[in-house]
Amino acid sequence: MRLLLGSLFALIIAAVVGLGSTYLALSRGATFAPLAIGAWTAWPKTGTADADPYAQASIARLGRLPTALGDGVAFTASADDAGRPLDGRCDATLNGVTPAARFWTLTLYKPDGELVPNSVNRYGYTSQEIVRRADGGFEIVVAPRANPGNWLPTGGIERYILVLRLYDTAVGVATKAGREVPMPSIAVGSCP
Amino acid sequence: MIRWLLLALGGIVLGGIVHLATIMILPRTATQDAYSRLARSIPINAVTAVPAPTPQSAPMPFMDPAFASAVCRYDLTQGPLKLSVPVSPAYTSVSFYTRYDVAYYAINDRAAGRRVIELELMTPDQHTQMPEDEDITAADRLIVESPTLTGLIAIRALAPEPGLMPVAQRAVAAAKCTQVELSKDSQ
Repeated sequence: MRLLLGSLFALIIAAVVGLGSTYLALSRGATFAPLAIGAWTAWPKTGTADADPYAQASIARLGRLPTALGDGVAFTASADDAGRPLDGRCDATLNGVTPAARFWTLTLYKPDGELVPNSVNRYGYTSQEIVRRADGGFEIVVAPRANPGNWLPTGGIERYILVLRLYDTAVGVATKAGREVPMPSIAVGSCP
Repeated sequence: MIRWLLLALGGIVLGGIVHLATIMILPRTATQDAYSRLARSIPINAVTAVPAPTPQSAPMPFMDPAFASAVCRYDLTQGPLKLSVPVSPAYTSVSFYTRYDVAYYAINDRAAGRRVIELELMTPDQHTQMPEDEDITAADRLIVESPTLTGLIAIRALAPEPGLMPVAQRAVAAAKCTQVELSKDSQ
């Protein structure tokens, strides 16, 4: 009886620890070798044949196709530079320049990867659509209400994530955060 | 007390094994991964346009809405595949994924360096069996080896502004992926 109870106890702990940690690892998107620059994180290795088992499991679970490294690199942000989460009810500002790439696109998603409905059908910007300053930098206002300039509507949702994809770029597995990879800053401003 | 602590420790070690096993098995058993989703609706060894994502419906999560895309779901059991993709004015890329959605190769229009990206896709076995007398010049023929028999090829063209989307869609719609006819001497 003691043996039975004991092994049951051990098996329950095994199930909770094993399945719980798998669930946590996949829902947090924990994979190895992240490239973190400011508020942005990319996993260049996930787009290669060397993608680690965690990346593969997370890709299979989400049902997405990762950006292949020969195509480009995708940077994701779910919080601003100060660590405040991106809230669709607040105004946020992207400011700066991007690393060298032939094209880039910026897209706003719900945390599960769906686009956010809005009145102007704008889900993102490409590098050619953006209005730039004289120094080549740009500013994008991510806000629930219309704004002059580069406005990316949030639709007023509670949480969103931004994905900046660089296409045909030298940024890759060997890239280290530094001056040659400047990412735009993100600042969450006023919340009504 | 010590007995229970030991049992808990054993449970945690076993839990670690369960964790690793589930992570390794998950891609093999997933039914909602990109390949399985697309496999239900698209034919094999042919290029099918993928509708652009909208807030209401998207074929896959995290698709880039600035791109026109098409996929070719391939099966190399019957022989190699030929792929030709005319490039769009802005940016065109071709990415190769295994049956388990691992991106193993990608090429873009500039790397291909011509008006039409032309590739041959085959298994490593088929590659080694290729007749040697055929004059193969690496610059002429681009051969990609697929680690799995089946998989996906994603063909994508960028529309730098929404007005250019039809141009990008025409470019991906003109892409072709076809089974290579077995040559006479191998029959």
